[in-house]
Amino acid sequence: MHTLKSPFFWIVLIVLSALAALPVLTNSTAMREDMFLILMLMILASSINIIMGYTGYVSFGHIVFFGLGGYVAFFLTREFQVHFVLAALVGGICASTIAFLIGLPVLRLRGAYFALATIGINEAFRAFFTNFEPWGGSVGMFFNIAVYDAYGGAKNAGQLAYYAMVGLALVTVATSFLIKKSRFGLGLMAIREDQDAAMVLGVHPARYKVITYTISAFFPAMAGAIFFFKNGLIEPGPAFELHRSIEALVMVMLGGYGTVTGPIVGAIVYERLRGFLITDPTLSNAHLVIAGVMLLLIVLFMTAGVVGWVRQRVPALRRYLE
Amino acid sequence: MNLEGLLASSIDGLMLGFVFGLMAMGLTLIFGVMKVINLGHGPFIVMGMFAILVMSQLGINPYLGLVVVIVMGLVTGAIVYFVAVHRVINAPELTTLLATFSVNMMLIGALTIIFSTSPRGLDLELPSFRAGAVTVLGTRLVAVLVAIAVTVILYWFLYRTRIGKSIRAVANNRDAAELMGINSTWVLALSFGIGTMLAMVSGGLLATLFSFTVLSGAGLETKSFVIVVLGGLGNPTGALLGGIIIGLLESVTTIFVPVSWVPVFEFVIFVLILLFRPTGLLGAR
Repeated sequence: MHTLKSPFFWIVLIVLSALAALPVLTNSTAMREDMFLILMLMILASSINIIMGYTGYVSFGHIVFFGLGGYVAFFLTREFQVHFVLAALVGGICASTIAFLIGLPVLRLRGAYFALATIGINEAFRAFFTNFEPWGGSVGMFFNIAVYDAYGGAKNAGQLAYYAMVGLALVTVATSFLIKKSRFGLGLMAIREDQDAAMVLGVHPARYKVITYTISAFFPAMAGAIFFFKNGLIEPGPAFELHRSIEALVMVMLGGYGTVTGPIVGAIVYERLRGFLITDPTLSNAHLVIAGVMLLLIVLFMTAGVVGWVRQRVPALRRYLE
Repeated sequence: MNLEGLLASSIDGLMLGFVFGLMAMGLTLIFGVMKVINLGHGPFIVMGMFAILVMSQLGINPYLGLVVVIVMGLVTGAIVYFVAVHRVINAPELTTLLATFSVNMMLIGALTIIFSTSPRGLDLELPSFRAGAVTVLGTRLVAVLVAIAVTVILYWFLYRTRIGKSIRAVANNRDAAELMGINSTWVLALSFGIGTMLAMVSGGLLATLFSFTVLSGAGLETKSFVIVVLGGLGNPTGALLGGIIIGLLESVTTIFVPVSWVPVFEFVIFVLILLFRPTGLLGAR
């Protein structure tokens, strides 16, 4: 647990908390909404980074856990008035259980086959929820406004959801840090570099990968639960939107594949940039084109991402900047 | 159970299946030759659709327009290869996935600017044929014939011509092919062009059958994944078989279950095939 003594670990968490506290201190709702989204994307990107950046498994359809957690928690809060934090925890555990069960067979696949399988799983769940009438089918479910009364009205509930998202983001980043710096994380990176060699050195790939997949499913599921609680409406389309998963992958690449701070930087930069492009009148139509060009430039010329690039350029920082 | 209804929908599904097969062949060919999963496949299909739409608005017969689409496809594919894929051809799959996805974003963005996302359709009237309870729409029949013709030409090209043989050689072993004096860069660019061309032609054919939008590509792209995996990644014959299976599945199962359940079966089958028979139904190459 010497990670807990690392100053950088605490610096990251403190900076993140300070950023998250900004909208609360300035009492700006617009800023809070922006930050809410950025934190959520940060959680998604960090979780994908745990399975993809550390272990090398490209989980393209990772958004499936976001949707699953969202649906389970939404149902619990709507039908049984379960407190939304508790419901989110249950949603997270459900998603992790499913990840554990499907992880055993799916993680045997390597490379492109794994990526395709995760897309298939996401699409299968989306198609299933589109048809699952008890949970609203294609129309989805929505909250009666009275649900928010237990939290002191819709406005207050939005505030509580924000705090929950901040807390979850901090836990996700801390977990990502702890995994990276642990013996377990070292095993994962050995699997990423050469699975067969890792096995020879006494790493148990199947077990390691399933545990990692299970962990990385938990946080997106809770994020989904909090997001849809605040949203008040859940539909299969937005819940299992493959595009959002790919965007999270882009954030990981932008910030730096396999680093702890990379997904954080990536989420902030990507979301700010998209916000800028969409609100700018001349660029709003072309925002997808510009984002595409930027992604291509990163993929072709800056493979290590922002954090990776800094690490390469400033060797002195390598010991601290994870 | 009404037998004629079953027959009619089977024929319908079979015909649609050929077009789906052609569409998936583009994806599988690119994977077979360079181990790249082309996430720009959907937008390529959509480009074919809109190319045909624009030409028919200019008064060109859509089927004649397919010839233009073929040339467009080859050129577009080769350009995309040199711009986005060539530099990262040997990188891990995540890199090529993201590179082709960036192409996807650019194309969808550009197409949205030009055409907006409102639904479009072709105004095409062809006589239909009747035999008992079975009615075959003229547009479908022509689409199938074109799909079969393109497939036959593709096979002839891959197996009978020198360039086609070098494509297969590069697919088998790029280094060895280089040693035999094949310029693999051009072969790869050509293969990407052919893959793109197949996607665009199938898009053009689909445009004569259904209405479409700029965003239709996403669904067709995932459908192509399912088909390709059914037949075995990298196997064009398998893609044709997979296309026919999916075409039949989509039309025949709707007699028994609501149509919205079909994707559930498709994707469950897709994941199961990946898990238990990753080489596809036709087995190892």
